[in-house]
Amino acid sequence: MKTHEVLIEPGRSERHYWRDLWRNRELLYILSMRDVSVRYKQTALGAAWGLIRPLTTMLIMVFVFSKIAKLPPDPGIPYPLMVLGGITVWTFFSTSFTQISTSVTLNSNLVTKVYFPRLIMPISSIAVSFLDFLVSLGLFIILAIWYQFVPDWHLLLLPAFIILALLGSFAFGLFFAVVNVKFRDIGQLIPFIVQVGFYACPIAYSSRLVADKGDEWWTPFYWANPMVGIIDGFRWALLGEKAYFNLQSLLLSVVIVGVCLFLSIYFFRKRENTFVDDI
Amino acid sequence: MSVITVENISKQYIIDHQKGKGSNTLRDVLAENWRQFFGGKKDGNTPTREEFWALRDVSFSIEQGDRVGIVGHNGAGKSTLLKILSKIIEPTSGSVRIRGRVASLLEVGTGFHPELTGRENIFLNGSLLGMSRGEIREQFDAIVAFAGVEKFLDTPVKRYSSGMYVRLGFAISAHLNPEILIVDEVLAVGDAEFQKKSLGKMRDNAANGRTILFVSHNLTAVQALCNKTLYFEKGQLIEQGETNQVIASYLSKVSKTRLLRQWDTPEEAPGNDLVRVKRIELIPDYQDDLTHIDVRTPMKFRFEFWNMMDRANLNLSMHLNSMTGECIFNVGTRSQPYGKGLIAGECTIPGFFLNDGSYTISIMIVKDTVTPLYVMEEGITFDVEDYREGIAWYGKWPGYVRPQFPFEMGMLEPASLE
Repeated sequence: MKTHEVLIEPGRSERHYWRDLWRNRELLYILSMRDVSVRYKQTALGAAWGLIRPLTTMLIMVFVFSKIAKLPPDPGIPYPLMVLGGITVWTFFSTSFTQISTSVTLNSNLVTKVYFPRLIMPISSIAVSFLDFLVSLGLFIILAIWYQFVPDWHLLLLPAFIILALLGSFAFGLFFAVVNVKFRDIGQLIPFIVQVGFYACPIAYSSRLVADKGDEWWTPFYWANPMVGIIDGFRWALLGEKAYFNLQSLLLSVVIVGVCLFLSIYFFRKRENTFVDDI
Repeated sequence: MSVITVENISKQYIIDHQKGKGSNTLRDVLAENWRQFFGGKKDGNTPTREEFWALRDVSFSIEQGDRVGIVGHNGAGKSTLLKILSKIIEPTSGSVRIRGRVASLLEVGTGFHPELTGRENIFLNGSLLGMSRGEIREQFDAIVAFAGVEKFLDTPVKRYSSGMYVRLGFAISAHLNPEILIVDEVLAVGDAEFQKKSLGKMRDNAANGRTILFVSHNLTAVQALCNKTLYFEKGQLIEQGETNQVIASYLSKVSKTRLLRQWDTPEEAPGNDLVRVKRIELIPDYQDDLTHIDVRTPMKFRFEFWNMMDRANLNLSMHLNSMTGECIFNVGTRSQPYGKGLIAGECTIPGFFLNDGSYTISIMIVKDTVTPLYVMEEGITFDVEDYREGIAWYGKWPGYVRPQFPFEMGMLEPASLE
């Protein structure tokens, strides 16, 4: 039998961390399934909630922003479709982000009792939001059929934007997950960030409205938000050429997400061995 | 071949003693950094910090197939050591080298989710403990049978009784197949019969050449399972070696035993103007070269006190109390008239009477059978250790006392063979 040898020393990162992570993929799967099957336990409507939430949010936004505020959609695109596209990707990002941020503290009973690569917790926490995302996407397809809207070849790029949104949620979520272990302030901060993001990102409106404003003092801040490029891109892939798309802002998003992701993982790896002392 | 080599392991914790606020919030840290940024030095109100060594310079090695017991008081560093070996916490300094697959059992039913069914939780807990899904599936029926929860497999564990919950948790871990098994105090839970079954299962594991590290407060279980024992105190390894030897020295060190108290002159003796206690003593009648009191040991309680009254009807009653303060029994002398002088008496507590545990003896001197003159609380403190013979069960023996009354059983009417 092959002997499995481990050396434990202070400050020593596991040499085979990523291999360990791969070996623990079954645990990853089981923790994901746990979250999914627990999600709608003891609810009368069950998984229907995954449908009800995006649908009602969309209806309210259509009512408030389209009927009352009379915000224009991108030309040639029905407003509800544009909003639902935005809600779908934003909800995916924001729930993943929230769940990643709280994943370590929610699993504190495991952290103090068993060893496994700690990255399993944030990774497994996204299963629930991904399922919700698929439901919401299904709703979008139904709505698109209703409006007899036919997507074009851009749809092929959709997976790339889904992955980008996911990486974005890791890039920011992992950092907060680590900080949350020591400072529970994060639990208060995150709903606030999500709420602000909902308005700061092009969900109820199109980035075209911002682009048309030209150069105001605040527009650079708008474009610096990495989620703007991702949401615009996602909508562009779903709705085709008529939707607003800005390659420059997308590239900026990719760079920001890439750098933040690298730093976040580094930070997480650096701190994960001390989680149990702080939790 | 040594499978675990521990070299100079230490674990330090910094304890913040903060004034007013209990927790460390982001605001405190930001405010502190802000002050340092502008003021250049920390202000005087910073929390006082205290270093605490949960483990200090611990070294030992464990050979393959050893069953090692770890004993010590609460806070001696036993659990910290197990957590370091399980890679859950990182040592502050030192190193550990482990050869072989480790499974740690620090809790029964780790990760059990109350909403999930027994079946789902078996897979969840099993994979947390390092089993693959294939292994779990292979062992599934054995686990369920061991726990005896066949009927409730598809019931959420929140509806389980606490006994079922514990049984299921232990059953999963009992079917782990690691080369090194680390177990922390899990036998403390569950009913007596299940404890016996669990210990039996662990012994089977040990028989298969598995290395076991076992922390327990139950010294009988340690003695039954382990061939070697480590004794920790205040984060340091005090003694290691053969189980019986280490446990004997552990017992001699930890007991707060105080068998004798005496005062030479009435001036310094406790009491009042009427009576003063000169001496109280518990004398164990050790048999078979024993050096500690166990359930077999007969004892004599002796007392002497000064009576300063010319003539009084006196008696003395002795209360034997458990550590939690309940009176196990109360016996008294006959009330008799005494003049001034030193009065002495003796009471015998037979062997095979007290259950294992810690006890105190209080005395009360009474006048005219109704008026207490003086009460001395907890004059004597002693421990009674467990001892069993020919019994394969190691749970806590129930009851306040543990007498051996004549008790016979026999076949009344053999069934006729057909």
